[in-house]
Amino acid sequence: MRWALSKLITALFFRKKAVKIGIYGPPNAGKTTLANRIIHTFVDNNEDMGVATEIPHETRRVIKREGVLIDLRRRIMNSNRDRNRDRDHDPRPRGSRAKLMLDVVDTPGLATKIDFRDFMAYGLEEDEAKRRAKEATEGVIEAIKWLDDIDGVILLMDSTEDPYTQTNVVIIGNMEARGIPIIIAANKIDLPDATPQRIKNAFPQHRVVPVSALKGDNMEELYEEMAKVFR
Amino acid sequence: MKKWQRSSGEEEGEGKVKGSEASTGIEMNVVSRDKVESMGSMEKLRFILDGVKSGNIVVLEGGLTAEEQMKLIELTMLEVDESFTGIEISGYPAKRGLLNLRRKTRLTIIGPAAKMKTIRKDKDLISAIISTT
Repeated sequence: MRWALSKLITALFFRKKAVKIGIYGPPNAGKTTLANRIIHTFVDNNEDMGVATEIPHETRRVIKREGVLIDLRRRIMNSNRDRNRDRDHDPRPRGSRAKLMLDVVDTPGLATKIDFRDFMAYGLEEDEAKRRAKEATEGVIEAIKWLDDIDGVILLMDSTEDPYTQTNVVIIGNMEARGIPIIIAANKIDLPDATPQRIKNAFPQHRVVPVSALKGDNMEELYEEMAKVFR
Repeated sequence: MKKWQRSSGEEEGEGKVKGSEASTGIEMNVVSRDKVESMGSMEKLRFILDGVKSGNIVVLEGGLTAEEQMKLIELTMLEVDESFTGIEISGYPAKRGLLNLRRKTRLTIIGPAAKMKTIRKDKDLISAIISTT
């Protein structure tokens, strides 16, 4: 009874609110794929936050999914049960036991230029391409405005591309100036020309986690890092 | 390869370099640290964007802070249309100042996306192609 009362008081007055984590990065880095991967893993395998395609600026509005519980302990137990693995021999570190309540914020890709002609190269009609370009510019502004409400950032970079772009530098510089914690995820490591080491070399002052959001490679390490950095 | 010459009638602290052939050249405004520091943030961003929208390359000694660069991206997006597709921006990364507190920016170069393309960048080198067509 006393325990239940204590839990109730804690829940009412000392409840830790969910941390808002923004997934930022350039267009086509895989932000929506990562957001979907997180939701599939911890919420519902049939729920998507957004649609991911090869056309840049597919996400043109910020999408928020509230109340995502990153429960690594439960996930490990499930995964161990599934794989019939002995917990005592689980190679994952102790940090894996962490829990973290998140609001996941999937943002439009940040860019300094948007040309409707680029969309026409993907087969879009001119009118549709112009409409998409206009929405994409609004999406960039919205993503920037959201930085004021974010508690932490996963900066997603494509590890097959040059990471040293001004957009990446500007995002990191802003997060450092605001004191907002940041994790860099080097995405697309499943591709043969991926070089996540190049991202590590470009931003040595930050933790870089190589992942494939599409294939789910090394996601456990990213979740552990999130639980550590954003708690 | 284009040759550049200093134009006459330049403002104090602002070096204007024009292409030798006005019809095909690109104007480059090289702005001194004193001039940059004398401007407020919005004044600076407006100055840059007006210059870039006119087709000029703007080089700022002392550069822009990360916050100013983010604001510049935001302002740029407000002005993107069919004829102005945005900006290309490159800068040397900031250096930590006294006691690792103050971030000192070094140099920023901004141009119209349709004419300028950064091809390589590291902490002390920026290589860019500037198209005159």
